[in-house]
Amino acid sequence: MTETRNTIVKRAVEEIQDGMNVNLGIGMPTLVANEIPDGMTVLLQSENGLLGIGPYPVEGQEDADLINAGKETITTVPGSSFFDSAESFAMIRGGHIDLAILGGMEVSEQGDLANWMIPGKVVKGMGGAMDLVVGAKRVVVIMDHVNKHGESKVKSTCSLPLTGLGVVDRLITDLAVFDFTDDGMVLVETFAGVTIDEVKEKTEASFTISSDFKTR
Amino acid sequence: MSKVMNSFMEAISDIQDGATLIVGGFGLCGIPEKSIEALCDSGVKNLTVASNNCGVDDAGLGKLLVNKQIKKMIASYVGENKMFEKQFLNGELEVELSPQGTLAERIRAGGAGIPGFYTATGVGTPIAEGKETKEFNGKTYLLEQGIVGDFALVKAWKADTLGNLVYRKTAMNFNPLAATAGKITIAEVEEIVEAGELTPEEIDTPGIYVQRVLLGTDYEKRIERLTVRKA
Repeated sequence: MTETRNTIVKRAVEEIQDGMNVNLGIGMPTLVANEIPDGMTVLLQSENGLLGIGPYPVEGQEDADLINAGKETITTVPGSSFFDSAESFAMIRGGHIDLAILGGMEVSEQGDLANWMIPGKVVKGMGGAMDLVVGAKRVVVIMDHVNKHGESKVKSTCSLPLTGLGVVDRLITDLAVFDFTDDGMVLVETFAGVTIDEVKEKTEASFTISSDFKTR
Repeated sequence: MSKVMNSFMEAISDIQDGATLIVGGFGLCGIPEKSIEALCDSGVKNLTVASNNCGVDDAGLGKLLVNKQIKKMIASYVGENKMFEKQFLNGELEVELSPQGTLAERIRAGGAGIPGFYTATGVGTPIAEGKETKEFNGKTYLLEQGIVGDFALVKAWKADTLGNLVYRKTAMNFNPLAATAGKITIAEVEEIVEAGELTPEEIDTPGIYVQRVLLGTDYEKRIERLTVRKA
């Protein structure tokens, strides 16, 4: 894992509390599972029909009938359950998932999220992302602060087609942590070695600084 | 009367050009491999297919794409398939993207006789374009329509002779929903037992939804992403 990813993933796992039912998106969010502290009872939901994802199987024990939403072979934990896709999304849409941690392409200062489609490139589909962002009790997005061209991914308004409107509760980047509140976007944390000026410089969105602001 | 049939070709023989199919499976997990193969052999064309994904280039529904048998695909994610990309860009293939939970509910609703329902999923996004909205308690919801298929193709683990089905692990996924939403539902399974051998408690899909049952053999069950850890 790169240093950047490591920073984001280590911070993201702090969002998970004992007893939660959590959905982790495909890609970087999946890595958060490895960091959940021992002794915590957390059930990870896979939208293809499992509550209670376990570790990857030992080689030779893989089962083609047991995969996660990223189509990877997995195992189950004690207390897990299987169900069909309508039940899975009833769980999601009905507000029974405590937390969803998802990747992002762009987040706006209104808490809009774009993470499924780049115009001009081939459309692959949104999978379950649009359902998760409206259904989960809390939505945390994790992503790099700037793209590979150095442009801010934290925008005043998203330029890419949206996944959801005003759906993000918290954004964790490799530089900082922001909350989306009734008073707009608020900077709550910066990582060690990152100044508020650097965050401002690399953020297109307007934000205020929390009274509880801290540097980690 | 037993619902068990012996030939996949016979079971799909009345699926005609232009039919709408609802097909179970998630990626290549829990897909009705044998029915899809029979459809490939039959050469039936201009199919509309509702399924979460469209297989990969050489497996699952991807095989029907290669044969250019699909006219329209309704799916939530089609990113694993180059043939799909090519036909879509050529304008040979019509695509309706539906968010995964909305797609599941559309199939469930179709099977349950519900023509439409409201959901917050997709509000403010491109998939809301042209769809009716309504406010409930100050929040905006989209009207989405149920889907019914001329046929549903499903894969289960076990069936009895009355068409009661049991699924295995995450190979369940869209299959129980698809089973309810076909005017004729064709279920393929790995084991068929006599009625009464499955306990009523263990049955996932009651046989009322299933018209034809077939025993499949030599399932490929290809794994898309083999991930393992060290022992």
